[in-house]
Amino acid sequence: MPPRMLPEPTPETRHFWDGCKAGELRLQRCTDCDGGSYFPPRPFCPKCGSRKVENYAASGKGVLWSYVINMRPRPDMGTEPYAIAVVKLAEGPQMMSNIVNCPQTPEALQLDMPLTVTFAAQNDDISLPFFEPVKG
Amino acid sequence: MKQKSIAVVGAAETTKMGKIPDVSVIGLHADAALNAMADCGLKPSDIDGVATAGISPVDLAHYMGITPTYADGTSVGGCSFMLHVRHAAAAINEGLCNTVLITHGESGRSRVGAGGFARAASSLAGQFEMPFGPMGPPTMFTIPVLRYLKARGYTVEDLAHVAVIQREWAAMNPRASFKDPITVADVLGADMIAWPFTKLMCCLVTDGGGALILTSAERAKDFPQKPVYILGTGESVETPMVSQMEDFTSSKAFRVSGKKAFEESGISHSDVDHLMIYDAFAHLPLYGLEDLGFCKPGEAAGFIRGRNTAPGGKLPLNTNGGGLSYMHSGMYGMYALQESVRQMRGIAPAQVPGAKISIAHGVGGMFAASGTIVFSNEAP
Ligand SMILES: [Zn+2]
Repeated sequence: MPPRMLPEPTPETRHFWDGCKAGELRLQRCTDCDGGSYFPPRPFCPKCGSRKVENYAASGKGVLWSYVINMRPRPDMGTEPYAIAVVKLAEGPQMMSNIVNCPQTPEALQLDMPLTVTFAAQNDDISLPFFEPVKG
Repeated sequence: MKQKSIAVVGAAETTKMGKIPDVSVIGLHADAALNAMADCGLKPSDIDGVATAGISPVDLAHYMGITPTYADGTSVGGCSFMLHVRHAAAAINEGLCNTVLITHGESGRSRVGAGGFARAASSLAGQFEMPFGPMGPPTMFTIPVLRYLKARGYTVEDLAHVAVIQREWAAMNPRASFKDPITVADVLGADMIAWPFTKLMCCLVTDGGGALILTSAERAKDFPQKPVYILGTGESVETPMVSQMEDFTSSKAFRVSGKKAFEESGISHSDVDHLMIYDAFAHLPLYGLEDLGFCKPGEAAGFIRGRNTAPGGKLPLNTNGGGLSYMHSGMYGMYALQESVRQMRGIAPAQVPGAKISIAHGVGGMFAASGTIVFSNEAP
């Protein structure tokens, strides 16, 4: 199996990937307006254009917003079908991820099910943020 | 733009369509361009504006022997050609050039001289989407759909109906890739590509191309073909990442582009005799009918099931068979424009009797961009 396709951080996204490595899902928000949290990372507020933004550790909670189950796995993703999901984070932004510790079936993957983030180290630098069903 | 100030005077697709292993990408552009020039009786030296996507307008101009005073390389995916039409209209009206050639050519199936589907690992999509396993449009364009179905109360059967009815149109088109009738059960039972999408809910992968030639409405009267006038235009873009689409149940780019095109053309929905909505996948006509305002949110699936868009219906839609059954080389917008022009000229294989106004609405990327062109065949 070829190595998994991994992100190459840029100066503007470094804090996010450092956060994943440290076990934190880092979002950004504006301190000039109440534009709320945004994603993907950028050093200014997409609502008002202010550069006065801060990084913070998000809750890591969200719900399953939408997904497909890829029946023809990408070579670096193994041989079994897998869901490519979009999670709606509690803080508002949407992000693409995979749902782990859960069967990759329509029956198990119900829209709006509560999820929580979990990080999986891929190498010394990159940990990917995945989501798993909230237990209990 | 000023209504009916610009017209399409030349329009043609590649000589062959479907599987063309003996022609490269630029060769498909050229074949379509030569056919469009023959259609309107022009030579390369008569063209002073070029626009294309996929390849550079420099490639096109040099290959065709054109020395342009206007070049547009807008490349926002499959609807780029709608944007080219819009920009060409503005350019001609502003006096930047007189006659614009717009081409498309793609070796989607045979991959002769074609590039790949790659995202730099440092791009936003490379960082925040690609690590999670998407494999091109069938696993990306489809991601919002489960949310859309749930919000609207639609089902996967509703997606299947889109494919079934477009196959009815394709059956009337001798150049369509697939012409045999299909049922909802056939669509649902086809190979699963990316749940809930089966193969028959996904577009074809073929080779082909098309070209358009535009000039001022005043000059258009002197050409051999019936001029097809541009009544209104729209365009917009939203996001390069489908996961960041603002609303999974509605395309902002569709809404903005469609509204602008209706405003410019001064028409109402009931004036529209013929409609093309770029259907890379079966959900797009549903989003398009809602976002362009032909149906209220939640009514598009019933509208299609009720055969309003089918042969004999009140709003004939994707009458060439669409990307699902006619052809899809990768950037299908050109073929939607070609079918609108054929319908306005009155020469389409599945001609809508008496059609006077046609809309071609395109999508680029995965809900990334949109362009809308309103055509009329009535002289100003
Ligand atoms: Zn702000």
